Amino acid sequence: MARSTAIDMRTRLQEWIPKIVLAPSVATTLIFVYGFILFTVYLSFTNSKILPTYGWVGWHNYWRLFQLPMWSVALENLAIFASLYIAICIAIGLGLAIFLDQKIRGEGMLRPIFLYPMALSFIVTGTAWKWLLDPGIGIEHTLHLWGWTSFHFTWIKDSNYAIYCVVLAAVWQTSGFVMAMFLAGLRGIDNEILKAAQMDGASNWNLYRRIIIPQLRPAFLSAFVILAHLAIKSYDLVVALTGGGPGWATQLPATFMYSYTFTRNEMGVGASSAVIMLMMIAAIMIPYLYAELKEPK
Amino acid sequence: MRGYLGKTMKAVAVLALTTGVARAEGSVEVLHWWTSGGEAAALNVLKQDLQKEGISWKDMPVAGGGGEQAMTVLRARVTAGDPPTAVQMLGYDILDWAKQGVLANLDAVAKKDNWDAVVPDAIKKFSKYDGHWIAVPVDVHSTNWVWANKHVLDSLGIAQPKTWDDFIAAMQKVKDAGKIALAMGGQPWQEATMFDGVVLSVGGPEFYKKAFIDLDPAALGGPQMVEAFKRMGQLRSFVDPNFSGRDWNLASAMVIKGDAAFQMMGDWAKGEFLRANQKPGVDFECFRTPGTEGDVTFNSDQFVMFKVGKAQQPAQDAMAEAVMSPAFQSSFNVVKGSVPARTDVPDTAFDACGKMAMAQLKAADKNGTLLGSMAHGHANPAAVKNAIYDVVTANFNGQYSAEQAAKELVKAVALAQ
Repeated sequence: MARSTAIDMRTRLQEWIPKIVLAPSVATTLIFVYGFILFTVYLSFTNSKILPTYGWVGWHNYWRLFQLPMWSVALENLAIFASLYIAICIAIGLGLAIFLDQKIRGEGMLRPIFLYPMALSFIVTGTAWKWLLDPGIGIEHTLHLWGWTSFHFTWIKDSNYAIYCVVLAAVWQTSGFVMAMFLAGLRGIDNEILKAAQMDGASNWNLYRRIIIPQLRPAFLSAFVILAHLAIKSYDLVVALTGGGPGWATQLPATFMYSYTFTRNEMGVGASSAVIMLMMIAAIMIPYLYAELKEPK
Repeated sequence: MRGYLGKTMKAVAVLALTTGVARAEGSVEVLHWWTSGGEAAALNVLKQDLQKEGISWKDMPVAGGGGEQAMTVLRARVTAGDPPTAVQMLGYDILDWAKQGVLANLDAVAKKDNWDAVVPDAIKKFSKYDGHWIAVPVDVHSTNWVWANKHVLDSLGIAQPKTWDDFIAAMQKVKDAGKIALAMGGQPWQEATMFDGVVLSVGGPEFYKKAFIDLDPAALGGPQMVEAFKRMGQLRSFVDPNFSGRDWNLASAMVIKGDAAFQMMGDWAKGEFLRANQKPGVDFECFRTPGTEGDVTFNSDQFVMFKVGKAQQPAQDAMAEAVMSPAFQSSFNVVKGSVPARTDVPDTAFDACGKMAMAQLKAADKNGTLLGSMAHGHANPAAVKNAIYDVVTANFNGQYSAEQAAKELVKAVALAQ
């Protein structure tokens, strides 16, 4: 009798412990993530300037947001940056993964080399590339010293091209990581299928095009989701690399949000831009989560 | 019985209050971003003055030149109901905070030391809110300055330019000689700092006031503004191709080294020259942006006093008094490169450029040509200031033509109000 209640207590405790352990983090997430998301949404409808205030202004902040030329530049830049960044990262990542998968010598050494940039923070990447791309001290200067004086590479100083410098640095940073994801995907493909295809006389090209790459669908999806949200929230790279300049040629929604909320005393407009960014991320994440959660059934 | 108890309670409360005052008298907590060598040294003067009076100084430096990070920290502290005693602040930010009702009242000290008589009206606009003193001005900088390497000018036979056309001709001469005519850093605030002087040179103080302080759309989009943007275009052609993103002190260094001839920058640039052992009048020259002689576009660092409760008030008042004392104003500003915020301080300790600036400040105050700097948040609130920055920098980087920029300026300012 006494023993059975002890077991009873134990099983009950076992049931409860995970919940008790998780409770604090669930509570903090609820308050500090979802609570503040709601707070930000609320602020976006108020006349908050330097500190949060609670005068209701309806959609006025959103109306102003879409009148601002800097916001349209930020959105345009995001479109250029996100599409190029995602496309190039996936292309390079897949290419590297396929090459590494050819059972080459020294793979163990090459893999960390490609993966290493991911270990740096975007601030470091941005600062390093800022120096490399600076015509006065970087690549251009070096090539001039070596005697190739007609060489010109001044994209980072040019309003029309500076955003591509951001793409360049970001691709350098993350393509190794994408490679690792694809490599894991490639290793997961069943060898029997490949052998069967080879016996049927499939060429290497067809093998990849028709059998291997289609099987990497989950890896593509994960890569896309990770890169897309990195692109939308990307802030530190721009700050370190160009500071949003020349002029405001490389502003992104994240830098726009920070400058309006914290340096321009326009918390209302800043909050509304944050809400728009949240909606952009939600537009990508919700279908993904939906697909992910549905699949196992 | 009841009355007796009430009285004792009151007495106890008074006792607790007074002992509280006695205990807490000795400390002020100061939030600022003066962390670089010269600035930190200047602030040390104040620290020592207060220590002599038995007031300890709790330093709260938040690095970051423009004070953005400091303001973020301040927001958190004020929202949490625990503001520092004093915060370094500039221009309209002070009034924005005053509107929140969180600032102290310094009227008693101000009356005792008669601040009203010695501080220029244009500066008082930011030290007082609703008729009450809320802040103490520490220094006055002005933005319509040009700094020149005298050796470069002498070797090319260039005299100090008096008019805008002279200035352009002088820069052309430097450029033809293969040197960089105008050293500058392509950051929005630096471009806006030049724009202060340029607008003043085109339309004089009335136009400047109409455009930047009254925000009159007719002035903002008018032909004079188009001309001002055209002059910015002229300046753009004298800048080296690698200017964008450069810090202002690196641009000063280019002038000091003789790689470049001129820099248009506020008088904090003087500190860079002095630290490089350059002598005013011998190695470098300082003069007002050609065409703006007699006008001064200023910005003034102030210590804004926050409501800190009765216990801390004596220390706060003592600090305000120490900041405004002529001796401190002189010694601080000699080190910092600015000029005193009160006009009755003797100029004996200052160098040639400092003496000139002090005389000009006094004259401009008398003539009503002492104007708040747009670039440094003394002409209009932060939202408008940044909207103007956006247009100025877009024009300077070639996205807007002069006509287009004037048109965009009207739109941007209207939207930011």
